[in-house]
Amino acid sequence: MTCSCQAEDRMEKQFVQADVDLHLMDDILSMYSQEAGNLITVLQKAQDIYGYLPLSVLQHIADGLGIKRAQVYGVATFYTQFRLTAMGKYIILLCEGTACHVNGSERIATALEEELKVSMGETTEDGLFTLSDAACLGCCSLAPVMMINGRAYGPLTPDKACAIIRDIYKQEKMNAEGGVTA
Amino acid sequence: MIIKIGIGSCGIAAGALPVWDVVQEEIGVQGQDIKLEQTGCIGMCHHEPLLEMIYDDGRAYMFGHVTPEIAREIMQAEHPETLDKYLVSTSEQSNEFLSRQVRIALRNCGHIDPESIDDYIKTGGYQALESVVKGNDPEGVIEQIKVSGLRGRGGAGFPTWFKWNATRAEKNPQKYVVCNADEGDPGAFMDRSVLEGDPHTLLEGMAIAGFAIGASQGIIYARAEYPLAVKRVEIAIQQARKKNILGKNIFGSQFSYDIIVKQGAGAFVCGEETALIASLEGERGMPRLKPPFPSQRGYWQKPTNINNVETLANVPWIIQEGGAAFAAMGTEDSKGTKVFALAGKIKRGGLVEVPMGITLREIIYDLGGGIKDGRKFKAVQLGGPSGGCIPESLLDTPVDYKSISNTGAIMGSGGMVVMDEGTCMVDLARFFLNFTQKESCGKCVQCRIGTKRMLEILNRICEGKGQEGDIELLENLGSQIIAGSLCGLGQSAPNPVLTTIRYFREEYEAHIYDKKCPAHQCKELITYHIDAERCKSCGLCAKKCPVQCISGEKKQPYVIDQSKCIKCGSCLEACPSKWSAVIVE
Repeated sequence: MTCSCQAEDRMEKQFVQADVDLHLMDDILSMYSQEAGNLITVLQKAQDIYGYLPLSVLQHIADGLGIKRAQVYGVATFYTQFRLTAMGKYIILLCEGTACHVNGSERIATALEEELKVSMGETTEDGLFTLSDAACLGCCSLAPVMMINGRAYGPLTPDKACAIIRDIYKQEKMNAEGGVTA
Repeated sequence: MIIKIGIGSCGIAAGALPVWDVVQEEIGVQGQDIKLEQTGCIGMCHHEPLLEMIYDDGRAYMFGHVTPEIAREIMQAEHPETLDKYLVSTSEQSNEFLSRQVRIALRNCGHIDPESIDDYIKTGGYQALESVVKGNDPEGVIEQIKVSGLRGRGGAGFPTWFKWNATRAEKNPQKYVVCNADEGDPGAFMDRSVLEGDPHTLLEGMAIAGFAIGASQGIIYARAEYPLAVKRVEIAIQQARKKNILGKNIFGSQFSYDIIVKQGAGAFVCGEETALIASLEGERGMPRLKPPFPSQRGYWQKPTNINNVETLANVPWIIQEGGAAFAAMGTEDSKGTKVFALAGKIKRGGLVEVPMGITLREIIYDLGGGIKDGRKFKAVQLGGPSGGCIPESLLDTPVDYKSISNTGAIMGSGGMVVMDEGTCMVDLARFFLNFTQKESCGKCVQCRIGTKRMLEILNRICEGKGQEGDIELLENLGSQIIAGSLCGLGQSAPNPVLTTIRYFREEYEAHIYDKKCPAHQCKELITYHIDAERCKSCGLCAKKCPVQCISGEKKQPYVIDQSKCIKCGSCLEACPSKWSAVIVE
């Protein structure tokens, strides 16, 4: 039964509709549905599988854990870690901490936005990079810092940051070309 | 010989992994009897990557800024200890950064292999837990913590023994110990260092707390942004379980205790106790009214004791050495040591652990080496987004809870971001407000809307649209937010604004009335131009300009087209310093 105010319907429109294999969640749901309080952990595991959290996954989690869909939507939208749209293969987290700020992280952001031709929070057209920011990565002495798929890089200059991106891009291109023959 | 390489997040960021590979390769080639070990962060982040050589006779040599090439040179040298240019500290002569420190919470960081429980045990690890469990006197443990005077290191500075005692006094047999490892203050990274560099200390501290209050379950609420820390803590838990240091009937006693890790999902407000508990239970991390305090009704409504990582890391030492030894250091109201994370425009950034009561000046100048690039000190920001900015006139303030809060800042978790004359204090206040405004959970109106309004005012001041009365409006809003917010986030969110107004009011006035940014940082209030007499027409600035708004030709001074200039500062950087023809006003 849906609520007459239809807030839930409106909320659902904000999420991405995507057809994904929900069976990949089976083990996780059976493992965590026994005790309460595991919603965040389950969302984290789901995000590890799909890269982000489309509507069908959120609903499947609600049904699997036996909790209200609205609760799942509420938690998924509360925490910055949860991504509601598809991400690139490489997620660039640019640190926005205090030390990075006073050491010029804004200029790194501008340089990366220009290099990747996306704005903060967006993914490149080829699906390779997502440019995102983080509150603080805790590598303050190496400010300004960015983290790409769990690895931190610093201290950065605009040129250095772009060079790191270009290196990854080159590597990816080589792998793609090599992948045909391999 | 043993070679240790610092492999923490910061070491890896600085390039420690390729150094590790080279050293391993060289050991293979030379076929010598050398043991290669990883270790955590010793705190000298400004010298990363670090490589330490320890001879069998105990002599130790630490090399800094090691690249793969330097590592090869060190490995191939007959007497590496003579390579002065790379040496940063030796066992005979410790450097200023290390020699002024008293390391308790960080005692093992940078010395032991964090992924080896045997390494930890060799340094006396888990002896405190064993003695406590075998002594079977939980009240005695709490008494030792009381004698030590240990106060919470996460920010609020609440006496640790009091929390333990209150949780112990609860009748409910099911109790929890929660470690708050959600180190969210931008500019603080001591908890990460302990988690990555000495995870067993934390486990031991938590187990002792569990024994003292009568809990059988510990939970570490770790930050999602610290993947390496989570990995190392999980390895440590597995190792401790294998040795039955965690599990049933620890050290053959009646005491059973286990620890699990739960990861946060990126919300600053979850550093607040009640929000943290909500998050642990899988809910949105929103604080609730206290009382009941977590010690009465916490995780799943059960009595819960919550301590921060650094607090718990001190516990094994206190039990081993006695509370009085800890209390012998520090000041009347602040005992023991405190870890500070030095960052910003400082020469030697990193982690320092010093006795309470030492002055800010000593930390910044004696340990930190003063300001980078020969510039002038302007302010130090203490306590992250909940803290405040302390000006030069107050640099002789001793670091203890009371003296620091008298300045309008707070001790907080110990983040110390140093700023030079190139930092605009209005912009800095805006930076923090932007942070707290984004992180406000939205429960209290004053916090949710008030921070937004304050941010709007700060934005317009930085854009040169500030109006008369804006400063007073900020002060007024600030005091309302403090009064009308439920949790520490809202109650302290205005602090960075209020302290910068208190100490740097003239800078706000320059923005509002003169439409100038004295630190030359606020883009809308500055212009770049080229001094025709100084310009040597090299064209470097034009080449670097991302919007091609600089034109000129040989023997003619270059000119910036102001209508197209985006004020990125590339030209200023490109112009060789011997000419300094680009002027910013």
